[in-house]
Amino acid sequence: MVELSVLQQKFGTELVESSFRDNRRIDVPAAKLFDLLSSLKSDHGFDMLIDLTAVDYLEYEGATDRFGVLYMLLNVTSGERLIVRTAVNMPDPKLPTVYSLWRSCDWLEREVFDMFGIVFEGHPDLRRILMPEEFTSFPLRKDYPLKGRGERHNFPVITRAGS
Amino acid sequence: MAVGLPENVFLTKLDAAANWARSNSMWPMPFATACCGIELMATAASRHDLARFGAEVMRFSPRQCDLLIVAGRVVMKMLPVLQRIWLQMPEPKWCISMGACACSGGVFDTYAVVQGVDRFIPVDMYVPGCPPRPEQLIAAVMEMQAKVRRTGTIMGKEFMARDTPMGPEPFESEERYRIQDANLVQLGGFSAAMTQAGLNRGAGKNG
Amino acid sequence: MIETEGWHRTAQVEFPIVFVAWLLLMPLTPVDNLEAESAEREYVWTLNFGPQHPATHTTLRLVLTLDGERVLNAVPYIGYLHSGFEKLGEHLDFNQYVTIVDRMNYLSPLANEIAWHHAVEKLLNIELTPRCKYLRTILAELMRMHDHLLNLGTTALDLGGFTAFLYFFQQREHIYDIVEMASGQRFHTSYTRVGGVLFDVNTDWVNRVRKFIKEFPKVYDDVDRLLTKNRIFVDRTKGIGYLSPEDAINLGACGPVARASGIQRDLRRDEPYLAYEDLDFDVVCSKGGDCYSRYLVRMRELLESLKIIEQAIENIPSGPVNIAVDSDMVLPAKPSVYRSIEGLIQHFEVIMPNKGYEVPREQVYAATESPNGELGFFIVGNAETRAYRARTRPPSYLHFSMFPHLIKNHQLSDVVAVLGSINIIAAELDR
Repeated sequence: MVELSVLQQKFGTELVESSFRDNRRIDVPAAKLFDLLSSLKSDHGFDMLIDLTAVDYLEYEGATDRFGVLYMLLNVTSGERLIVRTAVNMPDPKLPTVYSLWRSCDWLEREVFDMFGIVFEGHPDLRRILMPEEFTSFPLRKDYPLKGRGERHNFPVITRAGS
Repeated sequence: MAVGLPENVFLTKLDAAANWARSNSMWPMPFATACCGIELMATAASRHDLARFGAEVMRFSPRQCDLLIVAGRVVMKMLPVLQRIWLQMPEPKWCISMGACACSGGVFDTYAVVQGVDRFIPVDMYVPGCPPRPEQLIAAVMEMQAKVRRTGTIMGKEFMARDTPMGPEPFESEERYRIQDANLVQLGGFSAAMTQAGLNRGAGKNG
Repeated sequence: MIETEGWHRTAQVEFPIVFVAWLLLMPLTPVDNLEAESAEREYVWTLNFGPQHPATHTTLRLVLTLDGERVLNAVPYIGYLHSGFEKLGEHLDFNQYVTIVDRMNYLSPLANEIAWHHAVEKLLNIELTPRCKYLRTILAELMRMHDHLLNLGTTALDLGGFTAFLYFFQQREHIYDIVEMASGQRFHTSYTRVGGVLFDVNTDWVNRVRKFIKEFPKVYDDVDRLLTKNRIFVDRTKGIGYLSPEDAINLGACGPVARASGIQRDLRRDEPYLAYEDLDFDVVCSKGGDCYSRYLVRMRELLESLKIIEQAIENIPSGPVNIAVDSDMVLPAKPSVYRSIEGLIQHFEVIMPNKGYEVPREQVYAATESPNGELGFFIVGNAETRAYRARTRPPSYLHFSMFPHLIKNHQLSDVVAVLGSINIIAAELDR
């Protein structure tokens, strides 16, 4: 069990802990994210990155930041879980990559880039992964409509006589 | 005056002979993308056994097939592949659209899913269901065989007549308004040009 | 804990001379230089594998760089089945989204439903009734068998053994029948609801499950005899696609893939949910880390699942299957909706968009052990009966990202063996 006070000694009092049901979360400013994560990995044994995802808080009541990015960590030996949350904002959302810590973040970061447009600096191969290369929008942002902007209809039609 | 035929000779039309042969040796190309693919597998597997109906020779090369079974949803990224596979198949060829997603987009009315493959390739038979039971697919294959026997011609004349797309309009009016609004708000470059092209095509058909 | 036979143990005994020779020559071979050199050679081939290829089962695409038949590098391209599940999750309410979640891992639809409602119930703080817990446990284990049966069958099919596929598919049809008896649908059942399930099951269903439990071991033995010691099958899978425990942790492996690499982790045991606490079962692990170990782990898990189902079906408690209707969160039974005004009002209260029940403005992550590994859902609640953000943590996604690592320096024909052993489901991969 990693104590918040130990982390606060190292990374300052900006770290905020909260919990809901059995989830334990630590909020950290983006500037200190990488140091915190690498310390969690090397000193506290969080050796597996379970998931990396983002939330667009555009329509969320009372939200102050545009995007929240979450790192869900797991200590395989003890089974302890921890969620590290950080926030990034428009117009230039970026975060450092954690590829040097967990290689499993490779595709997860690419997906967050693809869906939200958050750039992970230092990622070895940051391309779109789920959407086609020529796609220009970021579908999971709240200002993108569910049914798209007509992209799904832009294909040539093959008729029976023409094939 | 009638001249009697020998016992082992009978007369028929060339079309009918060709249709008989074609309908009883359908070689399906399973274009299985999602859940329907598993039901397609079930249709060919032990309990349902598609082989009983003369359509069991699943070939995975489109150049050897004459029946395309589109099983599962087809998304933006996959549609060019589907079209290419359809163009690679030799004539005569037919297409079964299996499942709600392939027929109409099904529950996936989202930005990525093509709302029915019949907008972009010709479809001969629709199988509803999400996914359809194997019995339904077998019924569709049998119906397809009946259709080939009924309407087929040896030179494929029935295909040449259909030169307009069969699917619904690419854009519903509501969707067009939404796209126009979105275009006013933002977008530039490639996507906007593409959308404009799509709009023009839809408008041309209406007018 | 059960340990299955590891490949390195026998490999070293069987081929001591080769092994010693390899040890002697190893320091002399400049491995890195060799790779870099061969990548520059003129006869390096690029092979496009997929997206429409029978051995990928669905829509995966690999671009392989080949030196002769040796795979130098593999680059996966995905997204050929991306259909916007997570975006839909923001527009449908907790009960409606079950229909979408179903279609995520279509080899085991009910396991997804259970995982989704597990997360929703954690957000809403609902404690299920004992009968519902047992019922969901039975269904989740049936789905585990469902998934493993198809995976093992098609792996054998890709490696040239057709019979095992037919034998196992017959058993899948029995599971289809059981699920259909419970829910009325054979494939995408949409069976679970917030706080319970759609219908309760009856004694006929219980007897049908008992019959299945009795019949299954015979087929299992048949396939076991067909494959486990089959020379061709063993040669094609042993030592192929080796994943070391350290890599498994670093690359985020979970479920049978991680357990085959010796990581003793199973959410059913480590973070018990549903009725797993009361039931006795073993976590199947192996030290091998190769395709054969993954095959063995999946085979043994079939028997473990059967054991769980057997215990649960004999001890299934009576009582209501849904939580109390006056808790305002659960849909009332259909007969009461059609025949009484109270039921009708309750139904509308639950489903109308501006009525509904209270949802905390909070975030929760909850995971279950799905057949493929840890299937987690991350939900952001926004005081609405639908999720503000419904993130899926798909096991296939992380498993496929480690594919280039697994296939490196193997033969082209091993691609299907490795693909089969990590069980990639495209709809779960792309969502």
